[in-house]
Amino acid sequence: MSYDKRLDGRDFDELREMDASVGVIPRADGSAFFRMGGTSAYAAVYGPRQTHPRFLQDPAKGVLRCHYAMMPFSGAGDRVRPGPSRRAKEISMVTTNALLPVIDLHAFPNAIVDVFISLPQTDAGSRCAGICAAALALADAGVPMNDMIGAVAVGRVDDKIVMDLCYDEEAYKDGPVADIPVAMNHRTKGITLLQMDGEISKDMLMKALEKVKKAMDKIHEKQVNALKDKFKEAKAEEKPEKK
Amino acid sequence: MMVNDAGRNHFLKVLNEGVRYDKRKMDEYRDLKITRGCAKTAEGSAEVKLGETHVIAGVKFGLESPFPDTPDEGILMVNVEQSPVASPEFEVGPPSIEAIELARVVDRGLRESKLVDLKELCVKEGEKAWFISIDIVTVNDDGNLLDACGLAALAALQDAKFPKVVDGEVDYHEKTKKGLELKKIPIPVTVYKYEDHLLIDPTHDEEVVADARLTVTTLSSGEICALQKGGKSPITTEEVEKMVELSLKKGEELRKVLEKGK
Repeated sequence: MSYDKRLDGRDFDELREMDASVGVIPRADGSAFFRMGGTSAYAAVYGPRQTHPRFLQDPAKGVLRCHYAMMPFSGAGDRVRPGPSRRAKEISMVTTNALLPVIDLHAFPNAIVDVFISLPQTDAGSRCAGICAAALALADAGVPMNDMIGAVAVGRVDDKIVMDLCYDEEAYKDGPVADIPVAMNHRTKGITLLQMDGEISKDMLMKALEKVKKAMDKIHEKQVNALKDKFKEAKAEEKPEKK
Repeated sequence: MMVNDAGRNHFLKVLNEGVRYDKRKMDEYRDLKITRGCAKTAEGSAEVKLGETHVIAGVKFGLESPFPDTPDEGILMVNVEQSPVASPEFEVGPPSIEAIELARVVDRGLRESKLVDLKELCVKEGEKAWFISIDIVTVNDDGNLLDACGLAALAALQDAKFPKVVDGEVDYHEKTKKGLELKKIPIPVTVYKYEDHLLIDPTHDEEVVADARLTVTTLSSGEICALQKGGKSPITTEEVEKMVELSLKKGEELRKVLEKGK
């Protein structure tokens, strides 16, 4: 049997509908909302601020610390118990590592930048949506960065390589499935996050990673537009006063 | 944000002239926006934006065996999470005492009003009953989380639909058309005291300089179903009377907003 048509009717390379905006959490130093289909993420950046606990403090460079949390009602099944699980802790760590390569830590020695990610609803790809939102929030906060980070899950369902899997595809029963979350920086397409579960051949994996590069450009465009939109709004507000 | 004495004194000086920083009247709420169905994974959900204060509530249903002392009843549970996304003062880790108070005040308002008949949640006595969890998560704290969380919980309950049950197991992929029958709409309104002034719906900057507060949860009948006094200063019985009156008046308006959007 072959996977001829995607369960939600998308093309095999097609991403789900995206929404991106920045400055959505006024109390934060930078913030963003990023939605990919049925997966939504808020990210808030606080800092650079004093480092707690103190032993993390580094006089040579700053610290980036990400924290991923699903809201208790955001899972596909039962209620998710609040508080950190092993899964949430691991995702927090790989998210931090996914973003670190583009952050200039030397710009804030001794201090810490906290990134909090909170997801109101998920339909697979939650760490990727979280990373997209976190990168936007860091840029919105003005944390020095030398590039943007995007993330998406690629995978295989039966004989096809599919982009941006939804939950029903991850749970596909009639053939082998692989789910591969990937994060990349925009300019050089360096891989900053790579995980996989399922089964896949080397050839299929390499093809899948090539396809991710194209998808990244679409995500990047969405992110850049979200950042530009904020300044458009600011400009529009400014104009009447100048008269 | 900690406010020093000078900040508080200036706020009071302006308040003595009958003016709030954002020019609102003492009994004026900020713009209230309620969006239901914002989290598709929940059986019911609602987003409440009260000015810049932003919270999301979600309702999850589970089928469990009832507690031995109430074999013919289901459970309604409220939890509030002060997510560190929402404020530089909120931290990761076990809930702070403020978060616990917040959750308990919202919980008490719902529970004591008996808005859901827990017996109706029983599926089979002693064996299966619906356990309903309402989780409220903060997204941005610009003051008055107490009221915002209470309103979000109500709107999410109004939005909730029972999930489908197949062979005694919940199928979260499909919702039925059956909603929860809400007998009452308990509205919490928190009144804040500053020397001899009373006001409602403070922003975060206003909230941190308050002397005391009283959360009054009222029903359409005019009955009060829950109270919580907070803050370090005492309040007089005369003030309690004024606070209850203010809460009843505002509660009436807010109840209309909630019923209209259903």
